[in-house]
Amino acid sequence: MAQDHIQIDGVHKVFHGSERHVVALQDIHLDIAQGQFVCLLGPSGCGKSTLLNAIAGFSLPSSGQIRVNGRVVDAPGPERGMVFQEYALFPWMTVEKNIAFGLEIKGLPAADIASRVDALLHKLGLADFRRRFPKDLSGGMRQRVAIARVLALDSPILLMDEPFGALDALTRRNLQDELLRIWAELGKTVVFVTHSIEEAIYLADRIVVMTYRPGTIKRDLLLDLPRARDPASADFNALKRSLGLLVMEEQQRFHEQELRAAAVD
Amino acid sequence: MRKPFSAQRWRQLGTGLVVPVLLLAVWQGAASLGLTNEHVLPSPWAVLQRWVAYLLPATPYSEATGSWLAWALSGELLLDASGSLYRVLLGFLIGAGLALPLGLAMGASQRVYAWLNPLAQVLRPIPPIAYIPLAILWFGLGNPPAVFLIAIGAFFPVLINTIAGVRQVDGIYLRAARNLGANQRTLFLRVMLPAAVPYILSGVRIGIGTAFIVVIVSEMIAVNNGLGFRILEAREYFWSDKIIAGMITIGMLGLAIDTGVNQLNNYLLRWHRGLEH
Repeated sequence: MAQDHIQIDGVHKVFHGSERHVVALQDIHLDIAQGQFVCLLGPSGCGKSTLLNAIAGFSLPSSGQIRVNGRVVDAPGPERGMVFQEYALFPWMTVEKNIAFGLEIKGLPAADIASRVDALLHKLGLADFRRRFPKDLSGGMRQRVAIARVLALDSPILLMDEPFGALDALTRRNLQDELLRIWAELGKTVVFVTHSIEEAIYLADRIVVMTYRPGTIKRDLLLDLPRARDPASADFNALKRSLGLLVMEEQQRFHEQELRAAAVD
Repeated sequence: MRKPFSAQRWRQLGTGLVVPVLLLAVWQGAASLGLTNEHVLPSPWAVLQRWVAYLLPATPYSEATGSWLAWALSGELLLDASGSLYRVLLGFLIGAGLALPLGLAMGASQRVYAWLNPLAQVLRPIPPIAYIPLAILWFGLGNPPAVFLIAIGAFFPVLINTIAGVRQVDGIYLRAARNLGANQRTLFLRVMLPAAVPYILSGVRIGIGTAFIVVIVSEMIAVNNGLGFRILEAREYFWSDKIIAGMITIGMLGLAIDTGVNQLNNYLLRWHRGLEH
């Protein structure tokens, strides 16, 4: 069996508030194989972004370990490229400067940077926008730049935190297809956080459904639907219905807790 | 891109002129009818004549004294204006040049902030003008005390804004940069610093404005040229037309500086969202 790429081993994460502690993650065990496209699915507050941030190294587990290629994660690093929902492009840099930034940090020669940036601009359909600033781009275009910026690093792992959550439905589908094409071509391991059931089924090899507080793994599901997937097909919709029930249970708990918290206030 | 001569801009300009022109007409009318004392409030026409005389060279051109250009620029007004401008720029560069690195350090490091912020907060409310006696004791007369006062005037706006600019940098940019492998140095130079530029520049603008106020005051006490000196000198001779001519020159120079800084802002912040121009 292939070496597991990302190993999440007994991870707990507790956030200490002034009045109460929130157990964001509880005893998470998850092994992700190289090249796998995994979606973390669940309602707000289920800890899916916390788990992603832990893999990224932004916020380390309270206990337990995350290993990537056998090495314990203790800091952010370019081998785990992150795409944020808010794009997080540097607004003072043009599109091409944003994409080049990671390569400049690596200290590559200018000619290599230029040719790699060029190739990525074309791959993501950004060539005409290379000298624009992010403020002059649509949300979809910004997210393309953010993806190009991470691809420039050639990281084997892509971490994506609801990257298409703020986009309209058509742009979203467009970028999902683009992402699947890139994934198929480059064979990256993708960990993708979403609260959209349909998006998870459309994209993933494997869907990990998480519970609302404490965040645990409720269901770990391997998908055998052939690609390219048709959201109108019967299989797709059957899966959507059963996953919908699972997620709604957690959504319901989220809702009840919110009501309870409001009543306390 | 802004078109310089669009109909809309002409209309704006015209609208802006209505009130000043009316005011001038009333003022001139009152003066012509003898309603005002010419020593207290001279007519606009007299002010204009005095302004032109102030601008033009005092002596007729003669080849012996030098080039034509040097003669044309030898008017008192231009010497005064360039003297004031020189002090503003020198004082501002010193004040802002000290405030910028200090502000960056105080914004980026909690420890440096804890050490220096109480002192800064105590010194900040002291108006530069209150330093005049000390400035003269320390630096005597001439440019040095004036430049010192201007530097103090420019220092605090740049300092406070730079601190705020570094502190407000959105954490997501820092996370993105660390994810791309940035070390502390890169993080500071290529993320925190540029992200703070909008704040720093608004500090620069306020600082230049303060410097310009302080230069006029400091010229009234410490030096014997410059626009501030000139209007005080004119008062001693009861040349109220020259006082007003000097004030108008101050206003125009201030406007020119602010326009220049604004253009620089627009260029440096062309990436920034929510810019009006």
